[in-house]
Amino acid sequence: MQYKDYYKTLGVARDASQDEIKRAYRKLARKYHPDVSKEPNAETRFKEINEANEVLRDAEKRSAYDALGSNWRAGQDFRPPPGAGGARDFHFNPDQATDYSDFFASIFGRAFKSETKDSRRRRGQDQSVKLAIDLEEAHQGATRQIKLDVPETGPGGQPTTRSKTLNVRIPAGVTQGRQIRLAGQGSPGHNGGPAGDLYLEIDFKPHRLFTLEGRDIQLRLPIAPWEAALGATVKAPTLGGSVSLKIPPGSQSGQKLRLKGRGLPGDPPGDEILVLEIVTPPATSDAAREIYRRMAEQLPFDPRAQLGV
Amino acid sequence: MARTETDIEGILLDETLTVSFTELTSLCGATGRVVKLMVTEGLLQPEGQQPDDWRFSGLEVRRARRALRLRRDLDLNLAGVALALDLLDELETLRERLRCLEPPPDRARDD
Repeated sequence: MQYKDYYKTLGVARDASQDEIKRAYRKLARKYHPDVSKEPNAETRFKEINEANEVLRDAEKRSAYDALGSNWRAGQDFRPPPGAGGARDFHFNPDQATDYSDFFASIFGRAFKSETKDSRRRRGQDQSVKLAIDLEEAHQGATRQIKLDVPETGPGGQPTTRSKTLNVRIPAGVTQGRQIRLAGQGSPGHNGGPAGDLYLEIDFKPHRLFTLEGRDIQLRLPIAPWEAALGATVKAPTLGGSVSLKIPPGSQSGQKLRLKGRGLPGDPPGDEILVLEIVTPPATSDAAREIYRRMAEQLPFDPRAQLGV
Repeated sequence: MARTETDIEGILLDETLTVSFTELTSLCGATGRVVKLMVTEGLLQPEGQQPDDWRFSGLEVRRARRALRLRRDLDLNLAGVALALDLLDELETLRERLRCLEPPPDRARDD
């Protein structure tokens, strides 16, 4: 088991006042709250911060923790000294206690057990998991395997882990942030209470070609200068295969063409939006340079006319 | 370690789903009083006049659950939660917009 440096977790000195601890905790809680934070490991950090705060905000728990000594380093192999936690009765919020680490349990273990003797029938906690999916899966619908390790209490009361695989259908047309609720797949209940629910939150992986806005997908479509000037029929990729489309004569970079109903399915379905991007051929050969020179001589054109320079 | 495999059909909480006052209350693990307060605050906007007629959209299940977590974990009142959620919604919309304006990562590298 690894030693946890709760002071380091909250970024405060070992002799920090209770006010300093509270301030540090509040600031970090806002930064790493999983409902607010975009930090990649927000969920884990938030749990660590809460565990550290649970210990340090309370003078009695803090002194029990301090009694382990100050020579430990975070991550160091830790074995609780005999009598750690003593017979004192620590109080914890039982709803959050399941999230605390083994290290925490080894110090406050005794109090933990007394909490689990609580014979009230309680519903298990709900769990949330982010589900990273591809745009193609949202377009077609898909079945995804989700593997979860579920902590359970074994027949002798000891904690065990069960590996659970769920095959979940992802309906076509899901959008970013939508949740799928799996009833009864969250944490098990206590004393015969019902299990909590599992919420899967859709999170799109970045796509090679398309970006997503609601059900609309967007693509930058490169075109040649003559296709923009004269108009052309070109091919463009969609989620359902490539299509031919007309570029109107006189098109410019940044102009948008809309392919109705070619986005994610739904009611109404999304569109595919093509943003035209004129790409100039490189002038790496004499012939190419000659064509550019002729254009410069023969086309009266000032792209900066609007700038007043 | 024990292993199990289950095929399961979830419920998509989207705009096509509606839930009643009682259903929302139990999905949030909240009391009816708190859900009513969230409606008063304009944080949830059900259709219907009386709590018994209220119909919430599936999207509001996420909103309500998120609101209650923020209230509990950050010690906010419901007015503060409502403000935070409105700003978070706006932030998400802007982030999506931004992703559309920036070239995709692999093409940006070619430039």
